[in-house]
Amino acid sequence: MIAGTNTIYIDGQEIPFTPGQTVMDAALAASVYIPHLCHYPGLPPSGNCRLCMVETGGRNVAACIAQAAAGQEIRNNTPELNAARMAITQMLFVEGNHICPSCEKTGNCKLQAMAYHLGMLDQHFSQFYQHRDIDASHPDIALDRSRCILCDLCVRASRDIDRKNVFAIAGRGIDAHLIVNSASGKLADTPIAATDLAATICPVGAILIKEQGYRVPIGQRIYDRRTICETGLQEHIAQQRRDQ
Amino acid sequence: MESDKPAPPSTRRIAIDPVTRVEGHGKITLLIDDNNHIVEARFHIVEFRGFEKFIQGRPYWEVPFLVQRLCGICPVSHQLAAAKAVDQIAGSRELTPTATKLRRLLHFGQMLQSHALHFFHLSSPDFLFGFGGDPKLRNIAGVLEQFPEIALQGVKLRKYGQSIIEVITGKRIHGTGTVPGGMNKSVTAIERDTLLAGIGDILQWSQDAVALNEHIHTAHPEHRDFGTLPSHYLSMTGTRGELEFYHGGLRARAADGSDIFDQFDYCGYQQILKEEVRSWSYLKFPYFSALGTALGWYRVGPLARINNCDRIITPRAEAARWRFKACGFGGPVHDTLAYHWARMIELLHCAESIHTLLHDPDITGTDLLADKDHRRPQGIGVIEAPRGTLFHHYHVNDEGLVTQANLIVSTTSNNQAMNESVRVVANRYLNGHEITATLLNHLEVAVRAYDPCLSCATHALGKMPLQVTLQHIDGAVIHQLTKKADGVIQ
Ligand code: SF4
Repeated sequence: MIAGTNTIYIDGQEIPFTPGQTVMDAALAASVYIPHLCHYPGLPPSGNCRLCMVETGGRNVAACIAQAAAGQEIRNNTPELNAARMAITQMLFVEGNHICPSCEKTGNCKLQAMAYHLGMLDQHFSQFYQHRDIDASHPDIALDRSRCILCDLCVRASRDIDRKNVFAIAGRGIDAHLIVNSASGKLADTPIAATDLAATICPVGAILIKEQGYRVPIGQRIYDRRTICETGLQEHIAQQRRDQ
Repeated sequence: MESDKPAPPSTRRIAIDPVTRVEGHGKITLLIDDNNHIVEARFHIVEFRGFEKFIQGRPYWEVPFLVQRLCGICPVSHQLAAAKAVDQIAGSRELTPTATKLRRLLHFGQMLQSHALHFFHLSSPDFLFGFGGDPKLRNIAGVLEQFPEIALQGVKLRKYGQSIIEVITGKRIHGTGTVPGGMNKSVTAIERDTLLAGIGDILQWSQDAVALNEHIHTAHPEHRDFGTLPSHYLSMTGTRGELEFYHGGLRARAADGSDIFDQFDYCGYQQILKEEVRSWSYLKFPYFSALGTALGWYRVGPLARINNCDRIITPRAEAARWRFKACGFGGPVHDTLAYHWARMIELLHCAESIHTLLHDPDITGTDLLADKDHRRPQGIGVIEAPRGTLFHHYHVNDEGLVTQANLIVSTTSNNQAMNESVRVVANRYLNGHEITATLLNHLEVAVRAYDPCLSCATHALGKMPLQVTLQHIDGAVIHQLTKKADGVIQ
């Protein structure tokens, strides 16, 4: 394959890119899906979830932060990479309390949809059974930390779009956890509102608008109708329209 | 009646384990004295679920979908009882006609499938092959082979009930549907027409099931007095005393048919009901507080409901009720096996009510949500589940998180009655010191009449001691570990 100017190859497919664009953005713009949970069009990348790991030049890199380079050959949809992605998804499931049968996010949850996408049939690893507090102090928004996958989306949305800087991730490694930037540490003492992007961006059931659960009937929920590949691409298109 | 009473010193303990064809798992212990008289029967509940505990701290709008996981047979009952409690907590005003009728339709579908499951799959083998029939044959596979038409009707009745559940909740089991103050969707005209196409057969098969049970009960004198137990009865009835499953007042009638209370607002249930804990069972023992633990136990479920109601508003079931009533000679019917007959009368009522509701334009309406007032700190939801009166009671804090939950499920209400029925039947069929296959079969039949659902009943995370014993087959205890009520392990 001859490397063209501003072209990369993902699983052999020729993909154009603009200088400075990430592999993820170039792929999504060309309707090529790379699995991801912490990437969201319009927000700066964070490289947190590691699901978008692709292989290039004998190394694994996170597609959401790796800059596209002319002629780059990238492997994305391979059995090895998908097996690694499934292991990561399984770890996310056991590290939190993701009890899909009773969770109000079921059918609208990206973690659940990712598990289906990757063909995950069990959790494989032992469940942590951790206990983290629920913050229901805000009149309209509840934060169930036991479901947080530390994707950092709410942090970036609140800081970069809502301009309120409500959330942060404190601690490192296994001790990393989501905190609320207020003197009391409670959501009620922040300026967050139910209409903020940070209040609705959570890919799992950690940040919820109160009393809205189960309102969408089964069959009409996001992932009853579309796959996570489709919604991933659609989110990108929606952002492109906003940018125009 | 003393709780935690140790076995008298001169008694022997005979255990029968497990009881098959009961939802869950059970164990019976008979305590006999030197005269071979059974002084006490204990239907042990050894399962342990803990729902009341792990609901604590969860948002209240999540509760109907958490608690429906209590059971795979009657999840809709738990969802609806919790939804009624959640309506109160959310400050909902009266539900819209569409929402109310959708919930009723859902509930009838649930009753239909559960009752069909119980009779055709679990109990019909006892009646079609006889209590002492060959156990290899006395099961649903045997029924399918020898009475294929009856078995198939059972399967199709159940499937029809599940179709209703699927249309309204999106899934045959563990779907959604209820939201605070209403429902999340109505029925489309296409869904309604599909259901209507099958209702003719459902009505006919339900009627046939009543006739079959009526015949079984009246043609076999041994059924009439099998485990017959004069008892009090508790159920919900409509405002005019009619059979009612979804919403009404509580009615309790004594064994002689007189009222203990009537049209009692279920939100005050704690004034009339108390629960006793006994060390040998995870199941509590509820009783009418005014009558005390010894005399206050009661029965719930189909027998209680058909005995307690003054009428059934659907004509075929009402006609069947009159024939049933004749067996009581002016008073309640106390025959334990009449539970099955009563259950099939209810099955027919469900079929008729589904037929009526499917012709009601409200079920395809769009007005799904009630207006709301201020949120309330607690909610109590009560419905008649297939196995009997079901109570859900939740307290929430200012943030909307559950602080306390109390569930009284139907099987719990029948707890004492099941033990009494086992005692009565065992005294009659125990011969010497030997547990015969006949005795075992008869005890199972007595328990099964109540259609006990042990997974539902063992929801409470108790504080009672647990004892684990490692025992050699010769009876020698090798090791024993006891967790006391305070959590100390010895
Ligand atoms: S709360 Fe949600 S959006 Fe925020 S870090 Fe956790 S999972 Fe991501």
